[in-house]
Parts: sequence; C-alpha cells; structure tokens
Amino acid sequence: MKFLTALCAGLLFGAGLLVSGMTDPANVLGFLDIFGEWRPQLAFVMGAAVLTAAPSFWFMRRRRRSLLGASADMPDRRRIDKPLLVGATMFGVGWGFSGICPGPGLVLLASGHGMAYVFMAAVIAGMWLVQLKRN
Amino acid sequence: MISMNSPEVLHAIAGGMLIGAGAATLLLLNGRIAGVSGILGNVLRDALGEQGWRVGFLLGLVVPAVILGTGHAQLPPHWYWAVGSGLLVGAGTQIGSGCTSGHGVCGLANLSTRSLVATLVFMTSAMLTVFFVRHGGVL
Repeated sequence: MKFLTALCAGLLFGAGLLVSGMTDPANVLGFLDIFGEWRPQLAFVMGAAVLTAAPSFWFMRRRRRSLLGASADMPDRRRIDKPLLVGATMFGVGWGFSGICPGPGLVLLASGHGMAYVFMAAVIAGMWLVQLKRN
Repeated sequence: MISMNSPEVLHAIAGGMLIGAGAATLLLLNGRIAGVSGILGNVLRDALGEQGWRVGFLLGLVVPAVILGTGHAQLPPHWYWAVGSGLLVGAGTQIGSGCTSGHGVCGLANLSTRSLVATLVFMTSAMLTVFFVRHGGVL
C-alpha cells in the first residue's frame, strides 16, 4: 500500500516536471540567467507547486498522522546551521553549471542520453562521499 | 520576453500544480516529504530500511517520461562538466538536507524558515554561477 501511494505521488510529480518544461535544463538555466534572456517559467512552477501543496502541509502539521495512519515525518522548520548554508551553496553552484537538479536528473534518465547517466552517477557518488565521511 | 498567458507559462502553472499534488499525495497518504535528494540519498544509505515507498516514488517519477519521452533537453556539453555539476549537486544536497523539491517546494509549502533560507542561498549561488559562466568570460 505504501508502495502504491508513493508510486502515485511520484507519477504526479514526474508528470508535473515534464508538463512544466523543467526537465529541459535550458529552461532552468534561462531562469537562473537573470542578466540574459530571462525565462520566468521556474518561478510559476514553484509558485503553483507551493500553493497547491501548502494546505496539505497545514493540515498535517496539526494531524501528525497520515490519512493511512503512518506517523508523519515533519522536518525541523527553524534550525539554520552551517551545513544548511554550505550544502545549499554547493548545490546551487552545481545546479548552475548544468541546470539539472535531482528530480529532473532522474527523469532525464528516460531520455537514454549518456550524459544524463554520467550526471546521475556523479550525483550518487557525491551523496555517497558525504555519507562515507559521516560514518 | 514571455507574456503571462503564453503556453510556456500555462504549462509551468499546470506542471507546478501537478508537482504540488504529488507532494501533497505523499504527505497525506505516506506522511513523508517529497524531497528527491533525500529519498535518493536514503535509498543509498539504508539498503535494509524502509525502502518500499522510496522505490515507488522514484519509479513513479521516471515512468511518465518513459511513456511520453522527455522532449528537448539541453544536456551538459562535456562529460567532465556533468561530473563536476553532479558531484556538487549530490554532495551539496546531502550536506544541506534538500534540493529544489525538498526545500524549494515542500519546505516553502510547510512555511519553514530553514527551507526558505536554503532556497534563497541555492538560488543565489546558482544565479551567480550562471552569471560567471555566461557573462563573466570564465569559459
């Protein structure tokens, strides 16, 4: 059941990434390039996604259990520490180089392009290196 | 410049609503955050842990593109470009506990100051990177 509901959530999310145009890194880089020929789409995507998801988050902050009875995993909303700032900066630099973040990166594997596989292999390696250092 | 009622903007809003609906579905039914880097990172770290829903979500993410195709996608020009970018994205999202989906969509929808700060920081560093690459004569 948990698998099926998560699969449905993933299908909606993946379809949304495709429809929104955010799986084409050219649109993402066009948004980030504020001094070039600016493409505003990413702002509309994020705005619409946040507004659509916000009522569910409001609801779950009060309820603390999912509709199927699972404990809700609500993250810390306040802590601002060095790892947050360092990690977000690193992620932004990497994202700015390619225009690909983890969601679209996974979706682009379906394109069959070797470069998408090289990118995601590097993402996994980067995650793994951090986890290795932690343990 | 793109006008407000252009197909690109309408697609962006429709796609954003689908993304938000996906995040809402995972939260309401599974009680989990639809943060792609967190889900992927945990699949790698915790091979014997609670994996079913994570694999389901990641599978669902890719299936629409397998059926419909990805359309135009401007991928990195060289393999070393993809490797450098990917390493930073992978390491940065693990250290900073989230990416565009976890902090940018779910965190902002959850009115999280932590995620707002992360989003402002990665947007700024990404914009500066694009500026230096495209206009700074770096390459």
